[in-house]
Amino acid sequence: MNSEISETVEAASAGEVAARVSAPPRVTPRAWEVAGLLALIAGACLLPFELSGFRLFQFTQVFVYAIALLGLNILTGYNGQISLGHGAFYGIGAYTAAIMIDRWGVPYGWTVPVAGVLCLVVGFLFGLPALRLEGLYLALATFALALSVPQILKHFDGWTGGSQGIVLSRPAAPLGLPLTADQWLYFLSLGVLLVLFMLGWNLLRGRTGRALVAIRDNPIAAEAMGVNAALYKSLAFGVSAAYTGVAGALSALAIAFVAPDTFNVFLSITFLVGIVIGGLASISGPIFGALFIQFVPNYAQDISKAAPWAIYGIFLIVFMYVMPYGVSGFLRLAWRRLTRATAGTRPK
Amino acid sequence: MSPRSRALALVVTLCLALAHGFSYAADPGVTATEIKIGNTNPYSGPASVYGTIGKGIAAYFKKVNDEGGINGRKINFITLDDGYSPPKTVEMVRRLVEQEQVLFLFQTLGTPTNTAIWKYMNDQQVPHLFVATGATKWGDPKGHPWTMGWQPTYQTEGQIYAQYVLKNLPDARIGILYQNDDYGKDYVKGFKDGLGDAAKKMIVMEQTHEVTDPTIESQIVNLKNSGANVFFNVTIPKFAVQAIKKARDIGWKPVHLLNNVSNSVGTVLKPAGIDASKDIISTFYLKDPTDPQWKNDKGFKDWSAFMQKYYPDGNTADLFNVYAYTVPQTLVHVLKQCGNDLSRANIMRQAANIKDLALPMFLPGIKVNTSPTDFYPIEQLQLARFDGERWVLFGEIFDAGGKHGM
Repeated sequence: MNSEISETVEAASAGEVAARVSAPPRVTPRAWEVAGLLALIAGACLLPFELSGFRLFQFTQVFVYAIALLGLNILTGYNGQISLGHGAFYGIGAYTAAIMIDRWGVPYGWTVPVAGVLCLVVGFLFGLPALRLEGLYLALATFALALSVPQILKHFDGWTGGSQGIVLSRPAAPLGLPLTADQWLYFLSLGVLLVLFMLGWNLLRGRTGRALVAIRDNPIAAEAMGVNAALYKSLAFGVSAAYTGVAGALSALAIAFVAPDTFNVFLSITFLVGIVIGGLASISGPIFGALFIQFVPNYAQDISKAAPWAIYGIFLIVFMYVMPYGVSGFLRLAWRRLTRATAGTRPK
Repeated sequence: MSPRSRALALVVTLCLALAHGFSYAADPGVTATEIKIGNTNPYSGPASVYGTIGKGIAAYFKKVNDEGGINGRKINFITLDDGYSPPKTVEMVRRLVEQEQVLFLFQTLGTPTNTAIWKYMNDQQVPHLFVATGATKWGDPKGHPWTMGWQPTYQTEGQIYAQYVLKNLPDARIGILYQNDDYGKDYVKGFKDGLGDAAKKMIVMEQTHEVTDPTIESQIVNLKNSGANVFFNVTIPKFAVQAIKKARDIGWKPVHLLNNVSNSVGTVLKPAGIDASKDIISTFYLKDPTDPQWKNDKGFKDWSAFMQKYYPDGNTADLFNVYAYTVPQTLVHVLKQCGNDLSRANIMRQAANIKDLALPMFLPGIKVNTSPTDFYPIEQLQLARFDGERWVLFGEIFDAGGKHGM
């Protein structure tokens, strides 16, 4: 049974066999991966009926962070461009949702795609001048973006409510579904997460993904092979910003409040921590990264109220030391060792 | 307590609990032996200087518990770090309300952070008491009947300077410098409300600055050139120092009204220069622990003993630690007044029913007063003039009672 599924999946992508030789590695899912994924999704759909509203709120935040982290991972993990400013796109997404709902009375469902499109455009435009900046210089330019956004938000206080922010109402479940606001937001962000992860996976395993990785690994060789580096780099910036913007809009709905100082430099750095901990250039990495940035600060606080960030720092160092390729890299390695070991002992 | 009287107390408590029915059993966070109170504070992050308030309050509740608690109930004070980040505040407050099942929130700190949970607390109908911020919006018994502030608001303070001007400086030509955000605008609104019709005539210039500006020197020059003889200075310490220095350097000697955000002798007046700071006017409602006039005051001595025994790490020159001692005293008063009906509704009723409560570290004459239509506990302040060494209180206590929301 398993091998059947595996064969059909292999067959479906047979046309891409040649392409699969180059990175990113492993472009087709195996049967156990599909089964595992389905089990995970099924589990995630059952959780809301088991957990308290507060826990659901926490997991909703995990999904929201995971979307933002996938966005940043496209840029930094796959394309090698370091951004210290993704908190800014998250903020733009959040304010887009808040202003549309509060000032213009737009139904909240529209705000999430609009935030994504707006951030796509802003990210693409920001990506154009950023083309001239490499590595650390780009990091500094995005850092400047992160620094300026809270102040820009405060400046246009007619729209943004200044430093008071904007208070929203949490959306209730539509169509008379018998769900609480917490359950509905959980499913909404889970749904958006799944759609965006499918899209991201499709984007990254094909031509585009290969082009992004080629530019990261050797830009000169990539250009020599005919990859339009300028276009792909700006595109990566735009798509990355769009993901983060969608996450920001969802966070505004879940928290039901936006204020400029939420979207500070520290948020951007938290995102960077998330993708590195989760695993650079991996699709599952953002989930692990999101779990880390959501829960570890809380555990750190439970361990020591006097120095929570010192404890957090210790967690970070331990994670980096034990799992130098992030959680997803660690799991992949562990799985390979396990399968190799069992393959060796299995009688043929 | 002897074993027999303890048993008696237990029986009495049980009978009382039964006699009251289980009216309060419906609300979580209270048992016959415990009251669970939730709080968030910025122990980390950009505003961690305020973290001492959370620690000081926890220390005070420890003292209360050591002395037997409130009506036999010990206080279980759960304080969590939100790093001054509104999303974290929402998460931590939901944990406190839904998971820890606290009876109510007390002294959650910060304006943006409290704004983030404002609607939630009122939807949940959980008391959101004595929030630690000077914004004016917390006194809204109609729209937000579960939320109440504590300290004098920025608008109250602005009104008090206005009253002083009207009474003592009829020929005032006022120049204002304020930070261009809610904090600055709140002060200016209170000041203009207080001046009333005279505002248009008296205020000759308003200058603003952004919190990110490197310097405010050009604003001071503009204010001098406007011919102002009264300077209302609404700035945080960094800019207050610059303003005092620059005014002296260019020979501008107005009557200088300095907001109490920046009236610290150590961090503002001394760095700006004692000579330049002489005769500046500001306001107080708590006893400044560095002021020698309280050396033999009983309230001050008790506070010193408390700091030594329960919060030895705390800075005894820090006015925040006086604040952290006084605000839980207000809460203890409310809880005692609740008697045995510790329902959330009754806690709000009693919090809105405080009459002339004077506390040991208030300046003499300052009192807490609330009513079902007045959710501004402290609306009095006293003016003080800096004599080159310390603040000298003068005049009578100004009262802005009932003048909010004009």
